[in-house]
Amino acid sequence: MRVLGAVALKELVDNFRDRRAVMSALVFGPLFGPILFAMLVSFTLDKAVSEIDDKVDLAVSGAAHAPNLVLFLEQNEVIVTPLEVSAEGARAAVREGKHGLVMLIPESYAQAFSNAQPAAVQLFSDSSDNRTGKYASRVRKIVAGYGAQIGLTRLLARGVNPEVSRAVVLDDVDVSTPAGRAMLVLGVVTYFVLFSMLMGGLYLAIDATAGERERGSLESLLTLPVQRSTVIWGKILATCCYMLLSLALTLAAFTISVRFVPLASLGMTANFGPAEAGKTFLLVAPFVLLGAGIMTVVASFTRTYKEAQTWLGLVLLVPTLPIIFAGLYSLRPSNALMAVPSLSQHLLMTSVLRDEPLQDIHIAISVSTTLLAGLVLAWIAARLYRREAILG
Amino acid sequence: MIELQSIAKAFGPVQAVREVSFVARDGRITGLLGPNGAGKSTTLRVLATLLKADAGTGNVDGHGLQEAPLQVRRSLGVLPHSSGLYPNLTGRENIAYYGRLHGMEGAALQARTDELTRLLDMAEFVDRRAKGYSQGQRLKVAISRAMVHNPRNLVLDEPTNGLDVMAMRALRDLLNRLRNEGHCVLFSSHVMHEVASLCDEVVIIAHGRVVAHGTPEAIRVRTGTDTLEDAFVAAVGTGEGLQ
Repeated sequence: MRVLGAVALKELVDNFRDRRAVMSALVFGPLFGPILFAMLVSFTLDKAVSEIDDKVDLAVSGAAHAPNLVLFLEQNEVIVTPLEVSAEGARAAVREGKHGLVMLIPESYAQAFSNAQPAAVQLFSDSSDNRTGKYASRVRKIVAGYGAQIGLTRLLARGVNPEVSRAVVLDDVDVSTPAGRAMLVLGVVTYFVLFSMLMGGLYLAIDATAGERERGSLESLLTLPVQRSTVIWGKILATCCYMLLSLALTLAAFTISVRFVPLASLGMTANFGPAEAGKTFLLVAPFVLLGAGIMTVVASFTRTYKEAQTWLGLVLLVPTLPIIFAGLYSLRPSNALMAVPSLSQHLLMTSVLRDEPLQDIHIAISVSTTLLAGLVLAWIAARLYRREAILG
Repeated sequence: MIELQSIAKAFGPVQAVREVSFVARDGRITGLLGPNGAGKSTTLRVLATLLKADAGTGNVDGHGLQEAPLQVRRSLGVLPHSSGLYPNLTGRENIAYYGRLHGMEGAALQARTDELTRLLDMAEFVDRRAKGYSQGQRLKVAISRAMVHNPRNLVLDEPTNGLDVMAMRALRDLLNRLRNEGHCVLFSSHVMHEVASLCDEVVIIAHGRVVAHGTPEAIRVRTGTDTLEDAFVAAVGTGEGLQ
């Protein structure tokens, strides 16, 4: 036990003095994630919010043929720029980016309109451009609204109740809570949290095997009268400490950065105060042993620091894969899913963020399966450390 | 005292050590001499219980390699071929870490570190981080680390590699002093004159077998040669080395 402590303490001190390890474990992961998150989200939200009140620029060719339509457009926040072009000219103007949107009203419009025939207008836009794509759909809605309005008056003029044309009416009801809507945004948080936690232990895990070997200190260490399993457990313990520290810092940084995200402007609320951060810490903490185990096992097969870094870079993606699946299939917490490490932490963390009640049985399954998997991996790491080939 | 009997060790198809037997006595410096790839390092790794021998037995101060590996390690101070320090720890911390793993602590550990610092003349640099150490300074700390528990037996694998004259002298003085205090010192080398100038007894290994064993003088006389180098060539046989 004393040996275990001595190994763990030495690894903690050793790595704490290594600037590279400290930067990656305690600075990059915990700070960059939350800052990046806040910036990214603020930017997207800003854009989404501002585009709703933005006026739409629309170049209209042949405005004289449909003065009422143009007036209706202008009443609906569309800035109409008169233009005289052919269909070819309109196409070219949009493709070359001279105009975002061009509407072409043909001469035949007035004739068709007064004969109560469908009067065609053309809208030129580039659907691969996100911005004008949104504007185009607004123009479409406005034109459709105008058409519907005219249609109704025509029916009235012919003595028909306009209601007959409305056979089915769809009433859209959105039950998502403000916190739930914020999930779209906060879903990224769980990914960052797990990732930066793993990053926290990365250097130490490499150091424990590949690093010792590359420095040539492993052989000396193994000639000491201590069980190899004790040494590796001490190293895993130190790795776990770093990961917990990194996790705590990441969560603390998130509680701060979430405040700078203008979620309220979209009618969303973010449940991520100190209480939620504390809960999340406890729910995610069991994953630390598993992460340390995986990284130590992988690092024990590699010969050099570089090789270990390459492999672990790939390995870091493995625990984050279930999170992507959860997003794709909109998974909800269930007993079976709680048996999958990393997925269960993601789902529990998501519940905390959504402000949903946590089920005790879910927590129990998540914690026990994750810890069990962690113990198995740590045991494998200890076995690998006993191989003669570990000397390299 | 170190005894090895008919040690054999293979790595896959490569038979690194075929049959190595020798005795290294207390109060003597024993040199393990052999060309590169002769099996010196493997033999020492088996002795340090890092590797398990395929065949043969051995003991250190009566503790069997197979039966009591932890006792063997306690009785040995080992300086392996690659003996890196932890660059972010000071020399003193490097030594104290090994002390703790040997179960030492507190005042006793402090006293021992101080003693080693004095013995090896390390006061000037022992409290600096090991990152900037010279080759000689690294060796001194590595040896102190191996001897922190004051073992009766000291095993060094190619300790003279890359040493300058001053570091070499310091090492020679240290080994002589340890011998005079009654320690059993075993070290390997492929450099002839080092072995000749340092050792009381020489064990020559080639192709994983002991080809000669005795004092340098006795080996020389037995092979009928003038120098230990000629004796070495005679014992190892031609076809070794550069030819």
